[in-house]
Amino acid sequence: MGVIFIPVGLVTLRASHCVIIHSMVVEIVDRYDIDCVPEPSRMDKVSYIQDDSIPKNCSRFMKVHKYMKAPIYIYYQLDNYYQNHRRYVKSRSDKQLLDGQKYHDTSSCQPVESNNNRPIVPCGLIAWSLFNDTFKFIREGAELIVNRKNIAWKSDRGHKFGKNIYPFNFQNGTLIGGGKLNPEIPLSDQEDLIVWMRTSALPSFRKLYGRIEEDLDVDDVVVVNLMNNYNTYSFGGKKKLVLSTSSWLGGKNDFLGHACVFVGCSSLSLAIIFMLLHVKYRRPYGDMSYLPWNRKSFSG
Amino acid sequence: MTRGRIRARLRLSHLYTFACTRPEATEEGPHSIEGPGYSRIVHCNQPLMHKKKPFKYRSNYISTTKYNFFTFLPKALYEQFHRVANLYFLAAAIVSVTPLSPFSAVSMIAPLVFVVGLSMAKEALEDWRRFMQDVKVNSRKVKFHKGEGVFDYKSWKKLQVGDVVKVEKDQFFPADLLLLSSSYEDGICYVETMNLDGETNLKVKRALEVTLPLDEDASFKNFTGKIKCEDPNPSLYTFIGNFEYDHEVYALDPSQILLRDSKLRNIAFVYGVVIFTGHDSKVMQNATKSPSKRSRIERKMDYIIYVLFSLLLVISLVSSIGFAVKTKFDMPDWWYLQPQNTDDYYDPRKPVLSGVTHLITALMLYGYLIPISLYVSIEVVKVLQATFINQDIQMYDEETGNPAQARTSNLNEELGQVDTILSDKTGTLTCNQMDFLKCSIAGTAYGMSSSEVELAAAQQMASDLEDQDVERSTDFRQKGKQQEIELETVVISKDEMVHKSPIKGFSFEDSRVMGGNWLNEPNADVIMLFFRILAICHTAVPELNEETGSYTYESESPDEAAFLVAAREFGFEFCKRTQSSVFVRERYSASGQTIDREFKLLNMLEFTSKRKRMTVIVRDEDGQILVLCKGADSIIFDRLSKNGRLYEEDTTRHLNEYGEAGLRTLALAYKRLGESEYSAWNNEFQEAKTTIGADRDLMLENIAEMMEKDLILVGATAVEDKLQKGVPQCIDKLAQAGLKIWVLTGDKVETAINIGYACSLLRQGMKQVCITEISSDAKEVVKENILLQITNASQMIKLERDPHAAFALIIDGKTLAYALEDDVKQQFLVLAVQCASVICCRVSPKQKALVTRLVKEGTGKTTLAIGDGANDVGMIKEADIGVGISGVEGMQAVMASDFSIAQFRFLERLLVVHGHWCYKRIAQMVCYFFYKNIAFGLTLFYFEAFAGFSGQSIYDDWYMLLFNVLLTSLPVISLGVFEQDVSSEVCLQFPAVYQQGPKNLFFDWYKILGWMGNGLYSSLIIFFLNIIIFYDQAFREEGQTASMPALGTTMFTCIIWALNCQIAFTMSHFTWIQHLFIWGSIATWYLFLFVYGRLSPSISGNAFQILVEALAPAPIYWLATLLVTIACNLPYLAHISYQRCFHPLDHHIIQEIKYYKKDVEDQRMWTRERSRARERTMIGFSARVDAKIRQLKGKLQRKQPSSEIHSPARSS
Repeated sequence: MGVIFIPVGLVTLRASHCVIIHSMVVEIVDRYDIDCVPEPSRMDKVSYIQDDSIPKNCSRFMKVHKYMKAPIYIYYQLDNYYQNHRRYVKSRSDKQLLDGQKYHDTSSCQPVESNNNRPIVPCGLIAWSLFNDTFKFIREGAELIVNRKNIAWKSDRGHKFGKNIYPFNFQNGTLIGGGKLNPEIPLSDQEDLIVWMRTSALPSFRKLYGRIEEDLDVDDVVVVNLMNNYNTYSFGGKKKLVLSTSSWLGGKNDFLGHACVFVGCSSLSLAIIFMLLHVKYRRPYGDMSYLPWNRKSFSG
Repeated sequence: MTRGRIRARLRLSHLYTFACTRPEATEEGPHSIEGPGYSRIVHCNQPLMHKKKPFKYRSNYISTTKYNFFTFLPKALYEQFHRVANLYFLAAAIVSVTPLSPFSAVSMIAPLVFVVGLSMAKEALEDWRRFMQDVKVNSRKVKFHKGEGVFDYKSWKKLQVGDVVKVEKDQFFPADLLLLSSSYEDGICYVETMNLDGETNLKVKRALEVTLPLDEDASFKNFTGKIKCEDPNPSLYTFIGNFEYDHEVYALDPSQILLRDSKLRNIAFVYGVVIFTGHDSKVMQNATKSPSKRSRIERKMDYIIYVLFSLLLVISLVSSIGFAVKTKFDMPDWWYLQPQNTDDYYDPRKPVLSGVTHLITALMLYGYLIPISLYVSIEVVKVLQATFINQDIQMYDEETGNPAQARTSNLNEELGQVDTILSDKTGTLTCNQMDFLKCSIAGTAYGMSSSEVELAAAQQMASDLEDQDVERSTDFRQKGKQQEIELETVVISKDEMVHKSPIKGFSFEDSRVMGGNWLNEPNADVIMLFFRILAICHTAVPELNEETGSYTYESESPDEAAFLVAAREFGFEFCKRTQSSVFVRERYSASGQTIDREFKLLNMLEFTSKRKRMTVIVRDEDGQILVLCKGADSIIFDRLSKNGRLYEEDTTRHLNEYGEAGLRTLALAYKRLGESEYSAWNNEFQEAKTTIGADRDLMLENIAEMMEKDLILVGATAVEDKLQKGVPQCIDKLAQAGLKIWVLTGDKVETAINIGYACSLLRQGMKQVCITEISSDAKEVVKENILLQITNASQMIKLERDPHAAFALIIDGKTLAYALEDDVKQQFLVLAVQCASVICCRVSPKQKALVTRLVKEGTGKTTLAIGDGANDVGMIKEADIGVGISGVEGMQAVMASDFSIAQFRFLERLLVVHGHWCYKRIAQMVCYFFYKNIAFGLTLFYFEAFAGFSGQSIYDDWYMLLFNVLLTSLPVISLGVFEQDVSSEVCLQFPAVYQQGPKNLFFDWYKILGWMGNGLYSSLIIFFLNIIIFYDQAFREEGQTASMPALGTTMFTCIIWALNCQIAFTMSHFTWIQHLFIWGSIATWYLFLFVYGRLSPSISGNAFQILVEALAPAPIYWLATLLVTIACNLPYLAHISYQRCFHPLDHHIIQEIKYYKKDVEDQRMWTRERSRARERTMIGFSARVDAKIRQLKGKLQRKQPSSEIHSPARSS
């Protein structure tokens, strides 16, 4: 029986080998939500962020500690943000995203369904709370080109967000949530929105912002000019900016490798243990002395 | 009708001494019938009177169905939602149309409709079968009086109260009838009440004197009468009524009533008036609804469901409290949810209300812990298992064409857990057919054939000795060989006999007495006397078969018929009976010359169970008066004269041998009587016969006693109460399987003990504990005495040192009545459980049920009752499993049973093979079900902790819907249907494997909790490994991060793989079907995902193109699947490896043996193991052979010093 553990163990170990060798991913994380609030406002960050009159400009410096090969992915990361809350997840209308105002039954979009008796496109809490921090990257005085195309799934762009549907009556209400949308651009090209509307599974998540298609060398310093618009202060959520390369397995994923090693090792060691036990306390196959009528303790 | 007329001249009532004495009708006068309970009035032969009120009674249509066309829907629905689980799902389905539901409504309602619909379809099917059965009964035809003296057929259901019917021989009575007249002149008829009380002896019914002239069709032309009687009631043995005929009123009593479902025997026809029809008839009034039985596993399953319910409640409460807390304290800050604009479900200002409503949501969300599909899967599996049982060709009886039938599929797995079998005797163990097999005449034993028991034992012994041959010393081998040879001859002689055309009731084989050769035997005159006693001393009636010219005999007991057949074969053919004479055609040689002799019948003292003997006094042609007597050996031996004991010693020895061989024995004796002696006695006898009063019977008995003494012993007969085919072997195997077998019979103690021997339930050297009642008037005294006997016996068993000692408990009905009383029954049960076999004699149907209940409730073990007659119905209904024998006798037992088989021997296969399999299948299936639902359901809960307890599920609705319906259901069903740990042959070779069921090794709490723990472990692994792997990083080279649908789908993929691999490891028997289902399920999942992703996004939503675009190109998806699957199954693999290495179970070893083909290579070892497997059993002929071998060995060792080796005496 122990034999079965051996191939299992070998396969997993082999897999872990691949994982560890190939996942040489470089990642830079910068938390900016606190530092981007000016000292005087730090006592009351919420009113700071809600005050439109204060400019929200902020500059961050990111030092590259290891060579980063293009493409370098830019993510924004939010913590303690329940994009997976049931109320939130439900509050959208896939049909409206595809068909626009032609589709009337948007009750699922409660409470952001209409404004001034006119429907909102795109409706729902998810769209309404669109992330609206923006980032600009400058290296050695020159702006790094950020490719913000093709950050959303192709199928989403092609089939779920209408090509001729334009934002309408969006963010015109009394309550202003997150970012605004350019009403000139059809939904299928609003990739930030499309990415945002792919709700995350966990309350801490990263979303793709764009790609830098230039390599970054060691000790390069990247200046990030960002607009700190999005309110995470009300609920104490963190905001982070992440630059990361990717491998065939995606991002930096040390755990997967470790897990594979662990599982592989444990199945190999189980195999060895059972082999040893088997050799030591050998029980001939089909040994009759184990049958109940031959067992001494058998009663009844 | 010639036969009828010959008969008509007989007035059988004059023949009998004790029974059948007609009380004078005028003596009693009519019953005074007034007041409530006696309202029924029947106008005989005027069915028109009963067409309208107030004389319109129920029709003769019977219905045993549960539902009818209109009540089916409401009633069946009610039944379905009686189940707690279904009710829960109904509630969930109702809530699912409100916004509270975490799922879409259709995903809740569809499975419920499916489950309930399927169960209801099953109910409908079963009820339809019952309906068809009813239709069959209702459309039986009977002759009724159409008017003007003409009789015509009509179906039973159309019969009306007041109809005059004519029932012919061997027909069932269509309703409760008043007997008017029979083809016998004195209005007597024989009735077999097998279906009512299971008694096989015929009952005599007699018509009133006044109606005797109505014995022709034409005489009913102007017949009218009026019956006033009691209202319908269930008492079989009472009837009160008055019959008004010709302006006179006569009293009616039960002996004029012919009950529905009893059968007319030995009489050409009877006329009767219908009194009670349909459901008013006594037998239908007796019918009780069969209780719905549930198997032990199913009952335990309820507990598990309760456990899961509590778990569900706990995690729902945790969820809702968590939700309320989050809503109250955190949600006001979550501006992106617009907390100021919420409805009640998410209102931070009303956290309690939100919490409570969320509780409902949570209960539904985690509903996956309670497997809704469990019930439906089990139903499906059981129906399929039942189909296997029904289709099993090895349980198909070719003679009757009856297959085994699982009438309810609820109890399949219970078959694998039976501990005690309670069996009826007649019709179940025996065929109720007697075979004359051996006799001992004048101290010489005749008859070479061996009984089935001997034969079975001989074969067993031969194979055993062959086996021992190899191992034992030469001494022993010789001994073995000799015995073997002897046994072989026995076997061969039996084989020869089979080739001859068998004569029913006669299997005798001995050339010394056959074909007239007895004349050359030394004691020819005694032999002749012996045959004459057989031919004369009986109460049977001959019947000429006109085609063959030979006679057949109709008698009250089958023994007598066997004797008469034997006598005929010996050349003493009983051919005619008149009022006063018996005619015997004697043939002395093979030449065929015959002499008709007439024996004048002077007196007949017939057999009663109390007297245990029968005597006739005849005068032969020479004028010599002979007293011919047959009876139980002990009775006869007590009444022998001093010079009549010449053959006593030899005969006793033979009787013991016969008894050991399981034969029914009777001793025959005679004496000659002088004329004067006789007339003196006869005067006294006649005087006693005519006295009227209470002590008449006693006087008659005393006078009979005077005649039946100083007898001369002639010999003894041995009749085989023919066991059903394969019964000894079956009992043997069942005993090896560790089952206890109790025989509950309505028969006499002696008969029962004989059968006990025949079935090897008893054997020589077994200590018999007989509990009997002392004759005392005071109930207290009797009871105390019985209690004392029970305690003594228990004490004796306790003190027994010999490990091979076996005890048998024998108890009769009257004693049982005391033993079953509340204060004694516990002690009785303790004693009975210690005994290897228990035989209860003369028990009533009700007592059978009571004993069954006692065993069931007292020991808490599973009981199985098997029987064929209506008298077993109570027992069959009471027991955990009722098995009916679908033999020739009525259908009551079968109708009440859960399983029906054609013969007792199929019970072996039903239990040891199907029972064992079904038990394991269902046990493993249920365990796996809980495992899989826990593994799945808990991941939902973990996710809640990450989703603010909001009730969001990480999986798409459709995944969840398909999880139980499509993706994991088929493998588990194939496990439940096809799994077998060992093949059926091995099951039969090693019945001890069956013990796994009664010991409940596969469904104890240890096992269940183990599986649940495994489920918990799997859920943790699946959820957290996936969460950590997909936490916040991009999962593809293109940098995309995992959204909720991607993570959910990956997790679900892991679940599908892990669960299906787990079930693959659980199975030990694979056919292509299992492979198809298991790997097909996984393939289906990918296929579904592909197709679902292909659909328009308005249907598939977030799962649009998920496999093709997002997951499949990402290696991490496949790697995670692999890793999680391995991690989930690792502990289980380690567990089974450990178990196989160090604590192997029986079937593991046998699997190994089979796998390495050891049995083929090492035949001897195989047989040795098989014989060793038998060693522990106390009953069955294996045990008997073993006991005998031990005995022989013991003898041999004692003889060892003397070098001579005797041929072993088989008679020892």
